Amino acid sequence: MKNSLADRSSGGIICAALITIFFFSGPLHSQEDLVSLSVKKIAPPSSLLATDHKYDNGNSISLSWVPSIDDALMNNPIVAYKLYRSSNDTEPNLIAELPPGSSYFLDNGVSTDNSYSYSVSASTNAYEVLSNRTESITPQSEWINYNKKYLFLMVMIISGAIMYFIVSAKRGKELFVRKIAGLEAIDEAVGRATEMGRPIMYIPGIQDMDDVQTIASLTILGRITRTIAEYDSKIFMPVARSLVMTAARETIKASYQAASRPDSYSDDMVNYITDEQFGYVAHVNGLMVREKPATVFLLGAFFAESLILAETGNSIGAIQIAGTARPAQLPFFIAACDFTLIGEELFAASAYLSGEPMQLGSLKGQDVGKAIAMFFVLLGVLAATVSAAWDIELFNNLLDNLNELFS
Amino acid sequence: MRKSSLMVLATVATLFIVSWIFKGIALEDIYESNYLQGFLLTFSAFLTLSIMSFLYKDNPFYKFSEHLFVGVSAAYAMVVGFWTTIVGNLVPRLSESLSNFFQIPYQEGTYNFFYYLPVIFGLMLLMRLSKKHGWMSRIPLAFIIGTTAGLNFIGYLRSDFTNQIAATFIPLLGAAGEWKGIGDFFSNLSLSAGGQLVMMLSNWVIFLGVFCGLIYFFFSREHTGLFGKASRVGIWILMITFGASFGYTVMGRISLLVGRITFLFKDWLGIIS
Repeated sequence: MKNSLADRSSGGIICAALITIFFFSGPLHSQEDLVSLSVKKIAPPSSLLATDHKYDNGNSISLSWVPSIDDALMNNPIVAYKLYRSSNDTEPNLIAELPPGSSYFLDNGVSTDNSYSYSVSASTNAYEVLSNRTESITPQSEWINYNKKYLFLMVMIISGAIMYFIVSAKRGKELFVRKIAGLEAIDEAVGRATEMGRPIMYIPGIQDMDDVQTIASLTILGRITRTIAEYDSKIFMPVARSLVMTAARETIKASYQAASRPDSYSDDMVNYITDEQFGYVAHVNGLMVREKPATVFLLGAFFAESLILAETGNSIGAIQIAGTARPAQLPFFIAACDFTLIGEELFAASAYLSGEPMQLGSLKGQDVGKAIAMFFVLLGVLAATVSAAWDIELFNNLLDNLNELFS
Repeated sequence: MRKSSLMVLATVATLFIVSWIFKGIALEDIYESNYLQGFLLTFSAFLTLSIMSFLYKDNPFYKFSEHLFVGVSAAYAMVVGFWTTIVGNLVPRLSESLSNFFQIPYQEGTYNFFYYLPVIFGLMLLMRLSKKHGWMSRIPLAFIIGTTAGLNFIGYLRSDFTNQIAATFIPLLGAAGEWKGIGDFFSNLSLSAGGQLVMMLSNWVIFLGVFCGLIYFFFSREHTGLFGKASRVGIWILMITFGASFGYTVMGRISLLVGRITFLFKDWLGIIS
């Protein structure tokens, strides 16, 4: 009993001593110790991997990492991930700050001339913890972008079809092209101008030679001027670009030579006016009412001037044949002109008019492209509909594959 | 010159001078050079009215404005082209002495032999002026046209072909999980904008529009029979689209007209505040 009392009293003394020490010995840890304890509470991001981004010209590196495990906590203390890049083992620089949950970054600020190493930190409002630094990596440039393999396949199929039809046409195979109403009227329009003894005005749009519509327009111009040369009618062509003037003069000259009338050709048939859109329009409008052409061709790339030109042409009673691939301007041509080539018809026109194997083959090849488009549109819509309505795996996979093929 | 023409000219000149003086006096508190500002405002209004006079018929005032516009804009385009393209882009990459001559900073380290190509091509284009060497201008033209065609081929194939096809992969019976059978569809029929019926109709229009539009632009087959009917649907959809586009663009043009009328009545005449 005595022993047990002695044990109890000695136990009490020890407890009292411990309590005294607890109260009088100050805080358990210094401020630095607390911070270091807190730092240890947040795990750094791990497994940082820097790899060369594939199929580019060597200007990007892919970075991926496993986010800090604290990023998934309810009271997430992480406010950002900070990415540091060291170029050729120099001092690291901050290159990006990403939101919590991030695990990927594409660094586009690199070149093949340097090597780079990276580190990523998980950052709270008070401090940040760094991951290990990656090995040095030098980005590589590649010749072929395999991400575009399906696009390449499309190019091959359509180009192959075009070449096949060109060869077929050259071998004498008859290639059918349906009638295009506006083009049927060209000879009639040129003939009308000849009978009336009035000139023909040709406007190739206001874009330069780097626009396919201008190129298509000049191809059509070649065919039209040949008819004009044969009929010994007159043409004048105000243009808004100096290069178009040069190309148009070449085209008309070639047509007059082909029609065995080189002497009738004159450089004055094509005139540069101005690059300024409405300055050009003001002059063309004035020309229309003064020269009173019997026929006006408006073929090419047009913008806000389309309605002004077409209305003026209409007011002088000219027969007007227009065509453009710009959807916003087509309504005006349709409203104010006698015939309008809508979009693709402008490009088909040159092939249709010339009847040359090269151009006819190209047109037929493009039709193959349209047939392919129709087939895949049907297939894609079917897959999307069944997939959305009934969630059938076969159609889900089909839709995914189609999206990959055309994206 | 006829007497009536002289009368019109004298009237316009008088009105111009009167407007100039009144505008100059009105701007006295705003500008130091009030009469110069008054002249500029009056001249702007005169040019605006001259261009608008074309709506009546072609006349000397319109011709004056037209030729002024063409001359100024052509000269301006040439000067801008020279100073931004040749002096601004080419010279500082090719020659330090020329950069110093034009008083622009030489871009050291950007020299590349290929920058001489546009110079050579430009000179070849100018060969058109020579009858003997005019043929040389065809080479840069061929280069421009060929490069344009090649570059645009891929661009248009992506934007107008593959992307367009992918954008048409749309469900015709509503979004995922919406279709729960024909009975459910009719019992929950709603005309709300985000509802299943409206979305279905919208998707059907897109699908039929693209498909029938493609048929219309198919040139290898005569548009007869079922093919012809689909083609007609295609052209109808196109025309409805053009109609909507017409109205939309005309509204935009009206706002331009409002801009000019505001200038005349507010800035020039000061009738509206």
